[in-house]
Amino acid sequence: MAEPLVRLKNIRKSYGRVQALVDTNFHVNEREIVGLLGDNGAGKSTLIKVLSGAVPLTSGDIFIRGKKVDFRSTSDAIAHGIETIYQDSALVTQLSIARNLFLGREPIKPPRFLNRMDQEAMNVVARDLLKQVGISKNIPPTTPIGSLSGGERQAVAIARAMHFDSDLIILDEPTNNLGVAETQGVLSFVRGARDSGHSCIFIAHNIHHVFQVVDRIVVMRRGKVVADDIDPKNTSVAEVERIITGMSDEEIHEAIVQGKQSQG
Amino acid sequence: MENSSIIQRSIARPEFGPFVLLVAELAVFWGLNHDFLSPQNISNILAFTVELGLIALAMTLLMTSGEFDLSVGSLFGFSPVLMWTLFNSGLTSLEVGFVVALLVAAFIGLVNGWFVTQLKIPSFLVTLGMLLVVRGTALFVTNGFPQRTWSAEGSWLAEALVGDFFIGPFRIYMSLFWFIAAAIALGYVLTQSRTGNWIQAAGGNPSAARARGVNVSGVKIGLFILSSIMASLAGIISSLRTSAANPNSGTGYELEVIAMVVIGGTALTGGRGTIIGTVLGILILRVMRNGIVLIGVPGLAYNIFIGAIILGMMALHSWLERRHQAGT
Repeated sequence: MAEPLVRLKNIRKSYGRVQALVDTNFHVNEREIVGLLGDNGAGKSTLIKVLSGAVPLTSGDIFIRGKKVDFRSTSDAIAHGIETIYQDSALVTQLSIARNLFLGREPIKPPRFLNRMDQEAMNVVARDLLKQVGISKNIPPTTPIGSLSGGERQAVAIARAMHFDSDLIILDEPTNNLGVAETQGVLSFVRGARDSGHSCIFIAHNIHHVFQVVDRIVVMRRGKVVADDIDPKNTSVAEVERIITGMSDEEIHEAIVQGKQSQG
Repeated sequence: MENSSIIQRSIARPEFGPFVLLVAELAVFWGLNHDFLSPQNISNILAFTVELGLIALAMTLLMTSGEFDLSVGSLFGFSPVLMWTLFNSGLTSLEVGFVVALLVAAFIGLVNGWFVTQLKIPSFLVTLGMLLVVRGTALFVTNGFPQRTWSAEGSWLAEALVGDFFIGPFRIYMSLFWFIAAAIALGYVLTQSRTGNWIQAAGGNPSAARARGVNVSGVKIGLFILSSIMASLAGIISSLRTSAANPNSGTGYELEVIAMVVIGGTALTGGRGTIIGTVLGILILRVMRNGIVLIGVPGLAYNIFIGAIILGMMALHSWLERRHQAGT
């Protein structure tokens, strides 16, 4: 079996006395879309923050293609090809699409000491990328992000991750607050990303969205990975929901009945 | 793209409002008093305008990055006092005194930037504190008295900074060329260079910029240093031109400078800035101060007009902003 793209081994993360991650093991293979599910507080966000370099881990190891790495900041993670896309927060709304795409890595026109951005090159690449991620409307790359819709913003963020050859794109709740058509757009970008050789971690509360795109589902509960090899093709949504809550049908039923009794 | 909409696009630019206001101002003052556009009056307006303008240019970049600096007015007073004190006491030559004054200003900017970025204290509080420290130092060192200045004629430094000559009937100071050079250089930095992209990102969404590997703290500290140096330079230029070094000079300039910047269309909250707009804002306020005196309005009423312009321009900018957002 080939070494996975990213492997997390025995990760622990505690905030003071609170254990957010308890000996978590997790991996993503090359060209794979993994759906990460779990209830609020299950540890999904913490896992993603550790993997994107946003918070330091308490103990444990991260391997990329078998090599141990040490993330001290988000730029470390980006340098290792891990790109995280948070809802809305990843873009500067005042700047244009092209300027956002290249933020921090702007191409420079010679002579270098003038420090001048190559804006034509940026616009050409941006126009191209927008087409690739399925924005068919003719939006000029000089449009500020602030005047784009939620789905278009997601598309720009995804385009950026694809352009800079990120091996792993982490999408944290990418379909939140999106309309139906925009959601379908995001889902099809994710499929497109896999086809062009990228891996993805897809986090969403909406299980149905996850089922539509992912190759494998990982479920977390109370800081632990409780299932890590669920195939969405031969598992039902209800079964996954049971794993997420950790309760069987009867237990859920009892909980509801008890709730009603205590209210009455 | 569509060529038909050149007029539409220039109207949509944030500089359009200030531009119209400036033209209207010039027309009204000229209509009421034809001396307003006399060479002598234009020369008068320009002499002091560029000194405040140097500070406003640096402030534009700083405000685009989401911070502002209230200590510029006190540096405007302090730096010439420091330079002349060093020179008068015989410790240094004028040139060395000048360099020392700029280095001290750079250090003050560094301290401002360090407090804001490393201790995460809002720039309002940090630079308000610095305003008092610097102004207090200037007053303490001089016992509150103006410093002795000799007529600076003959020094190459004075010639380079404020040497004057006539172009036709216009009396022009060298400081005008420094101002134009600074405006072009900073306009270039803001719109063309990658540093400019980082400045806008730092003000627009600092966490996103940081996530892309942009050194947000470094950018802001650099801009605080720039702002302090420009305020110091402006103070020294003004002091050489008027042959005066008063520890109280520059009081209240910080607010006038910030007003110039926001009237020009730079966002107080950061992320969006325009050097062209600031140049227009500088001219609007200085022309207003000159013009209302010239047409016979009591000088004490000046602030009423300035306040009204600020409120009016803010209303216009916010209206344009909302219309722009709604139109997409």
